[in-house]
Amino acid sequence: MIPATTSPAPSVADTPPTPPVRALAVPGPLRFLLRALATLWSNTKAQIGLVILGTMIVIAVFAPVLAPHSPDSTDFTPYRGPSGTNWFGTTGNGQDVFSQMLYGARVSLIVGLAAGLIATLVAVTIGLIAGYRPGFVDEVLSFITNLALLIPGLPLMIIIAAYVPSRSIWTIVFVVALTSWATGARVIRSQATSLRNREFVTSAVFSGERLGRVVFREILPNMTSLVAGSFFGAATAAVMAEASLEFLGLGNPTTVSWGTILYYAKQQNALLTGQWVLVLAPGLAIATLAVSFTLINFGVDALSNPRLREK
Amino acid sequence: MALLQATDINVTYRPSRGVNIWAVRDISLSLNAGEFVGLVGESGCGKSTLGYAITRMLQPPAHMESGSIDFDGTDIGELSGEELRRQRRNGFALVLQSGMNALNPVRTIGHHFLDIMRAHACDGEEVSAEAGEQRSRDLLTKVRLDPDVLSRYPHELSGGMRQRVSIALALSLEPRLIVFDEPTTALDVIVQHAVMQTIKDLQRDSGFTALLISHDLGLVIEATDRVMVMYAGKIVEDQPSAALLTGLHHPYTEALLACYADPRADVVELGGIPGSPPDLSVPQTGCSFAPRCSLAEAICTEVEPKLTPLGSGTAACHVRARLTTNEREMVSNAG
Amino acid sequence: MPDNSETVPPMVVDTITKQYRVRGKGRTTMMAVDGVSFTIAPGASVGLVGASGSGKSTIASMITGSIRPTSGSIMFGDLAVHQLNRRELRAYHSNVQMVFQDPYGALNPLHTAEYTISRPCQNFLGMTAEQAQTRVHELLEIVGLTPTEQFASKLPHQLSGGQRQRVVIARALACNPQLIVADEPVSMLDVSLRAGILRLLTQLRTDHGLSLLYITHDLLSARVVTDEILVLNEGKVVERGATKAVLQHPQDPYTVKLLDAVAAPSASAASSHDNPTDVQSNDVQSNDVQSNDVQSNDVQSNDVQSNDLQSNDVQSNDVQSNDEVPPVPVPNDTKVNS
Repeated sequence: MIPATTSPAPSVADTPPTPPVRALAVPGPLRFLLRALATLWSNTKAQIGLVILGTMIVIAVFAPVLAPHSPDSTDFTPYRGPSGTNWFGTTGNGQDVFSQMLYGARVSLIVGLAAGLIATLVAVTIGLIAGYRPGFVDEVLSFITNLALLIPGLPLMIIIAAYVPSRSIWTIVFVVALTSWATGARVIRSQATSLRNREFVTSAVFSGERLGRVVFREILPNMTSLVAGSFFGAATAAVMAEASLEFLGLGNPTTVSWGTILYYAKQQNALLTGQWVLVLAPGLAIATLAVSFTLINFGVDALSNPRLREK
Repeated sequence: MALLQATDINVTYRPSRGVNIWAVRDISLSLNAGEFVGLVGESGCGKSTLGYAITRMLQPPAHMESGSIDFDGTDIGELSGEELRRQRRNGFALVLQSGMNALNPVRTIGHHFLDIMRAHACDGEEVSAEAGEQRSRDLLTKVRLDPDVLSRYPHELSGGMRQRVSIALALSLEPRLIVFDEPTTALDVIVQHAVMQTIKDLQRDSGFTALLISHDLGLVIEATDRVMVMYAGKIVEDQPSAALLTGLHHPYTEALLACYADPRADVVELGGIPGSPPDLSVPQTGCSFAPRCSLAEAICTEVEPKLTPLGSGTAACHVRARLTTNEREMVSNAG
Repeated sequence: MPDNSETVPPMVVDTITKQYRVRGKGRTTMMAVDGVSFTIAPGASVGLVGASGSGKSTIASMITGSIRPTSGSIMFGDLAVHQLNRRELRAYHSNVQMVFQDPYGALNPLHTAEYTISRPCQNFLGMTAEQAQTRVHELLEIVGLTPTEQFASKLPHQLSGGQRQRVVIARALACNPQLIVADEPVSMLDVSLRAGILRLLTQLRTDHGLSLLYITHDLLSARVVTDEILVLNEGKVVERGATKAVLQHPQDPYTVKLLDAVAAPSASAASSHDNPTDVQSNDVQSNDVQSNDVQSNDVQSNDVQSNDLQSNDVQSNDVQSNDEVPPVPVPNDTKVNS
């Protein structure tokens, strides 16, 4: 006997049964965000990713409280391995690595999320405009996008970072965003192109909606998963890129970040001195953050394609 | 002896999020060798689900909860993996609605045929390119396509041609049963007619058993020997095709017939059925059609009707079941 | 509801053509519409019937201003529809609306019925949000979606196909249009639902004095809804006249073919015929070799929804260029997935 369900579902007659699509109401962006989070949470991989990300955010925010010492103070004996006072040992300058790791989370997260956000905003703007307006505008924007895609990211980043006079994390954010918007733009453009031909878009135009509303209230909401996926992808790339730039010494050496820990580890021959923690800890942290974004992306994929949710 | 005997099939959809839907409820059906049977119903009645169930093509979240499927003496309900795959050779096949989209766009049609023949070759059998090509040409001729289609790619063919290719591919396995799931629905109205005619002729000439699943009652009556009408996951009527045009039937069948009319008639009255089909995520009591039925009585909402004889076939209706033997004879004589 | 039958102008279509440049093995052109002329009198109901590729949807798009004809004119009263710019088109849509074929694609999956129906009220009738809300309930009542409070807040996936189509009709009606172009409004619905929608369309005509242009391949629904029909084959009108007369006494062989294709169960007893040679030549000759890469665009589209296979000629609003390549091919026998 088939067990009865708890409550009658809304009538979905006329269609072969499908799992009800998660309804995302456009008004109320906060409510929208919360519902999106709730949906993500239901996917196991995304759950893990969210937990990791959440933990890192907590660490970053509460670093002053959690860190046993100040990351900049050079009071400790340099080149020490893990000990009671310095759980991860000390650097060549006598700084506590553990505290540096905790404070370093801030930089990696800010750069990762900010660069990801900026890159996504640029990608969405360019992708939507190119996708919605075929013709000359599309040609020009597509050309620029393709150009940006062709140029190798890391070398470009290195060159720009080397020439920009100021050395702050915002330089890095800017540089990373500049080199990673193109992939998202490409994808968003093609999705916008296919959505633009959908009847509900034509219907909106027939209802008298102006361009802005059609693009932002009709097309964009139907691309949220794509935009979210693009964001997390860009954030992953940003985290790795930031670490790379710092490691190469193109960042601000006085900043405390996972990348600079690696930089100093290299400068001070950490592996030779047997201080493998100096390499392992930041490396693992960067990798874990990147992985958490990727795991969340799995959940985003499942959001947009209900069939992936089924076992 | 029935070629396919399905007994008490129950299929539910169990999505990971959302309610469970009981799509096929306690259905038993039998298909005799050489028969051309139609399965008619509207959206959401479960007909495609049933078709997939009996050809063992269900995928999660659909699960066959219970029931047995006997194909020519073999219980195929329990088979899986390699054993099931072998049954597809000279066994049963499925032609899909979007069969035309199931073709690999980067391979020629000839490649498709060879691929299938080789995949399902009997142990030790070698399918050479020439032998395969010859067989493919024969099959294409059978479905009324120019054999030169073999060297073309799917995108070079029209929808109707691609559907014929799908049918030919199904035939290449020499199946004894083919289930057609809305084979012409996505085609242009004129080509629909032509492709249906081809299917009909093929079935008559080759003698395979065919199950035609469709929402178009007119199409099904014209093409098949026998029709089963499905509503809300159950079979409500099972009649020889010609018998459907006259006499008394299940109220749903009658209402459905009233939705069709000849546009050439002097007066055209188009019927509709008010209301909508029941929510299959909720257990049903009594007859599922009762809320929309003009003949409904108290018993209809309490007791589920079983298939009882009506005319030359059966129908699941309390009201029709009460016809006296005399009335029943009158009905079958008229039909 | 104001009855505007006195003010509804006639729609006069004069020798319109639509030519597409097709990227293929040679530079060829394709005439989707070839010299079609007809008039929709005020309050009349005209049907355009034909199979896929006959040009009927292209004509519908030209009448709603989505596409510009290559030549010929479309006059709605004094308004030259074929020459409207984007701004003028917007105003035009307050008078000429469209009901679409696909009840699943014509509504934004993320918007409630209320939102969808209120937009034309706010855009064209200048209503405030509260006024629009009242109007939405009025409209839901007219199209038979009662209790209106219940339906107003529903999202498309919570509605059945027939209910969605009623929402689409309500939206089209919202701005008090003078003419409605209905492009196969019931083709994708179950047969049991069709009579209700067709009855609704007929009622709207009588209650609101609308003109109706009804496009279909299904002669039965055309018979029920229209007073006169034009039969289209490959872009040309092959037959026209009063609906009943044309269907009872078809002159053109194409019309006969269309009639035969409508398999009504009552007719099937008498059917059979179907001469095999006829069938074969039918299929092989119907432009089946499509080596254009226009067609391949269709297969590669990113759209998850399978309806994209024939998203057809209701295309972008780009009215400038006259020689667009058609976005979707017209393989002669593929119709929209149901």
